[in-house]
Amino acid sequence: MILAWLIMIPLIGGLAAWLLDQKNSALARWISVAALILDAALLISYWPTTSSQLTLIDHRWLIDTTWEWIPQLGVSLHLAVDGLSLLLIALTLFLGIIAVVCSWTEIRERVGFFHMNLLWILSGILGVFMALDLFLFYFFWELMLVPMYFLINIWGHDNRVYASLKFFIFTQAGGLLMLLSILGLYFIHGRDTGVYTFDYSLLLGSSLSPATAFWIMLGFFIAFVVKLPAFPFHPWLPDAHTEAPTAGSVILAGLLLKTGAYGLLRFVLPLFPGAAVTIAPWAMILAVVSIIYGALLAFAQTDLKRLVAYTSVSHMGFVLLGIFAGTMTALSGAVMQIVAHGVSTGALFIIVGMIQQRIHTRDMERMGGFWSSAPRLSGVALVFALASLGLPGFGNFVAEFMVLLGTYQTSVLVTIVAASGLVLAAIYSLWIVQRVFHGEKKGAVKLAELSSRETWMMAAMVVVILWLGIFPRPVLDTVAPALNAIRNSSTHAITIAPGGAQQ
Amino acid sequence: MSRLDLIALAPLIIVATASVAAMLMIAFFRNHKYTAIVSLVGLALALASLPVVATMTPRSVTSLLIVDQYALFYMGLIFCAAFVVAALSYSYLERHDGYHAEFHLLLLVATLGTAVLAASTHFASFFLGIEILSVSLYTMAAYLRHSDRGIEAGVKYLILAAVSSAFILFGMALVYAELGSMEFAQIGLRVAATGVHGLPLLAGTVLIIVGLGFKLAVVPFHLWTPDVYEGAPAPVTAFIATVSKGAVFALVLRYFSRIDIHAQQPLLVIFTIIAVASMFAGNLLALLQKNVKRILAYSSISHLGYLLVTLLASGHTAVTAAAFYLTAYFVTTLGVFGVVTVLSGRDRDADSLDDYQGLAWRRPWLAGVLTAMLLSLAGIPLTAGFIGKFYVVAAGVDSSLWIPIIALVINSVIGLFYYLRIIVVVYARPPEVIAQEPVHSLSGSAMLAGLTAVLVWLGVYPGPIIDIIKKTIQSLI
Repeated sequence: MILAWLIMIPLIGGLAAWLLDQKNSALARWISVAALILDAALLISYWPTTSSQLTLIDHRWLIDTTWEWIPQLGVSLHLAVDGLSLLLIALTLFLGIIAVVCSWTEIRERVGFFHMNLLWILSGILGVFMALDLFLFYFFWELMLVPMYFLINIWGHDNRVYASLKFFIFTQAGGLLMLLSILGLYFIHGRDTGVYTFDYSLLLGSSLSPATAFWIMLGFFIAFVVKLPAFPFHPWLPDAHTEAPTAGSVILAGLLLKTGAYGLLRFVLPLFPGAAVTIAPWAMILAVVSIIYGALLAFAQTDLKRLVAYTSVSHMGFVLLGIFAGTMTALSGAVMQIVAHGVSTGALFIIVGMIQQRIHTRDMERMGGFWSSAPRLSGVALVFALASLGLPGFGNFVAEFMVLLGTYQTSVLVTIVAASGLVLAAIYSLWIVQRVFHGEKKGAVKLAELSSRETWMMAAMVVVILWLGIFPRPVLDTVAPALNAIRNSSTHAITIAPGGAQQ
Repeated sequence: MSRLDLIALAPLIIVATASVAAMLMIAFFRNHKYTAIVSLVGLALALASLPVVATMTPRSVTSLLIVDQYALFYMGLIFCAAFVVAALSYSYLERHDGYHAEFHLLLLVATLGTAVLAASTHFASFFLGIEILSVSLYTMAAYLRHSDRGIEAGVKYLILAAVSSAFILFGMALVYAELGSMEFAQIGLRVAATGVHGLPLLAGTVLIIVGLGFKLAVVPFHLWTPDVYEGAPAPVTAFIATVSKGAVFALVLRYFSRIDIHAQQPLLVIFTIIAVASMFAGNLLALLQKNVKRILAYSSISHLGYLLVTLLASGHTAVTAAAFYLTAYFVTTLGVFGVVTVLSGRDRDADSLDDYQGLAWRRPWLAGVLTAMLLSLAGIPLTAGFIGKFYVVAAGVDSSLWIPIIALVINSVIGLFYYLRIIVVVYARPPEVIAQEPVHSLSGSAMLAGLTAVLVWLGVYPGPIIDIIKKTIQSLI
């Protein structure tokens, strides 16, 4: 039941924010924060009991709940979490709260409706991280698109209509391919066993011919890689990120992209172990191309927000690489990168948002010398720029190091090329700091310093990214059993009984 | 005809009686409000009679009609939709000058025609149903006589529907000449024995398809659709888009499942081409439109293309998918045209995109309804359209119909462009000068609220309706 509540609370909170907005727009913000904190409290209240269960290998799922939904089709409301889901849920709630707080003064129009969309996206994302029924998964997968579309379309910047349309169509097209694959799997499994079901744990055991498995896997793969996004499926990302309001960018970069990575981990690897091995070299090539290409294009931008957007392509390349490198180290690194990138890039987008709110431009030609007028803001920006380039001590370093280490065992060449991405990352990160915060002052623009709200928000993010870099152990321990299970089911293709604690 | 036969025909008889009552009432006491009430009560009674009749199905009443679960399901759908149209058109017509009582009479007669179609098993009843429907629709399309476009729509529909009827008649004659029967069951048996091979039989069947294609507005028989949709009053457009097409599709499904379309290669090829062409033509042409009613016209062409996939697919999933998709399509289309109706003013219908600019900030609830309906047309979760599209794709995948399914997927993406374009306008900043808007109408708001509730209910918890559909389709297979 706790899982259903986790999804329901933001839904209800969003609705309340919208309905009560007429009287007082601050109320909408407080309701949203309260709903998310309540959600986080619910999660935390549950955490200690799970951490002891995490060590038990036979517990595939920490919580596993199923209700009937559309029995005629074999669809059930099957929600479950393991360590991986738990970690991503925590990330979702953390970045969700940050997203509400960072839009506190930025969004002034239609505040209630804004927060409803924001919270509904979070509900959709939480649903994606918990759904263990393919129909339900697809349902949530599509559900998070619509409010995101509104977020970009209504509160975005100048070119928002184009950007939101592009975002929607790219992801929707990928989603439809996945739908075909889900249905293909459903009918093949049904014909073989006589049981027509969308249930993940039952479908895990379905035997497919290699060719069929490959085509079905490809549908999933494309849908997830579009979301990730990897080259050449990335063109929606720079536009969507750049035009979205700050909260939208934070959620896009921090969470929405991660659903693609999660899909690869949860569905592509375990459901199609053979086909995943077949496509792994290609996926790794795509990953390396994304790393280099994203970094190079980032270097060519003059729009600060677009620059950060392209770095996402580059960083998410490491996630793709880690997932398909095939070693446990690389896999853990990929998960680490999911979390670290979510926090660091989210923070960079917030910084860009704060600059834009203050000087009304994102053009780096018109920035410079901010350090003297806003040392705190600039200091925080330096921290996250360093995190982004992979400096030891930050989460991103741990993640990228683990991915490269794990990949080295599979392919030395790929590792070498991917590692050169780190050099490029250093160039563009330091370039941002150099051009925007140091250097000459341009014009009479004086950047206002962080307010206390902003200071606390950024401090929280700095603490998290440092914690990830210095003491990553708890994160790795949390996901290790889940990743082991994913690897087991993908190497031995064994059926895992839907056991676990019934809640 | 026994007493039981008459009871079995109760739904048809009630609608017929209601139309006679409306006619008498107009003769003695011409009042729009009371006539509207008579038609609403008549439709509600007809709807209420369905469960009673359902206990004695299936029952053939003469060789013309069969009252089975399948027919009753579609009648239920038709009566509900007609009820909504009647309620919507009351406040719509009140805003226009002239006498409006007759409109409800026509609506009842047209509904009767569609109900006959849903139950017909014979060429004679098939043709009667089509004609009863069409004759009423000519008048309904041109009902607002002061509107040039309305007259144009009526005349256009008159000519094309008359031509299509001629096609159907000629086709029937050829089939009868070849097989010697006009009963669907007999035709089915004889076709099963020989196949659709002889030229006269094939030609006859194709001519029938042409005629029905006009009614369904599928490519290449769709040319009348945008003009009639645009010109006809919004509630009438809703009626044409839902009740008329739905009933004809129910008949198509019954007729072609009797002659076992899956064994007839030429027919499969024809329907595949029609389906794929409808999807592409409908969606691509919709991209070029600026008028909301025309966009919806082209959108409905593509939706009928999706629906035809269920005709091509075989088995239980396919027939369930057809019924569910039609239900979702009915709710959604009525909802969209309901919003157009409610927003339409005295002089003209709210069919320009400008009429919707910033609607979300002027009338948030109405904009919410419109958004939900458009997202349903696009097949986004939480709405009936999502489950409907899911079902159609499932039916296609189940029967390995890869070409139509891939076309469907591509077209879903194309469709997003123009549905989102309307949504963009709805959520844009409101214009500086706001034209005077019609007052809120209670009946309209109630209908829209109901439709939205059903839309979400079907999208979130479709189990019960799927059960009903599964029960009813057994009489078809």
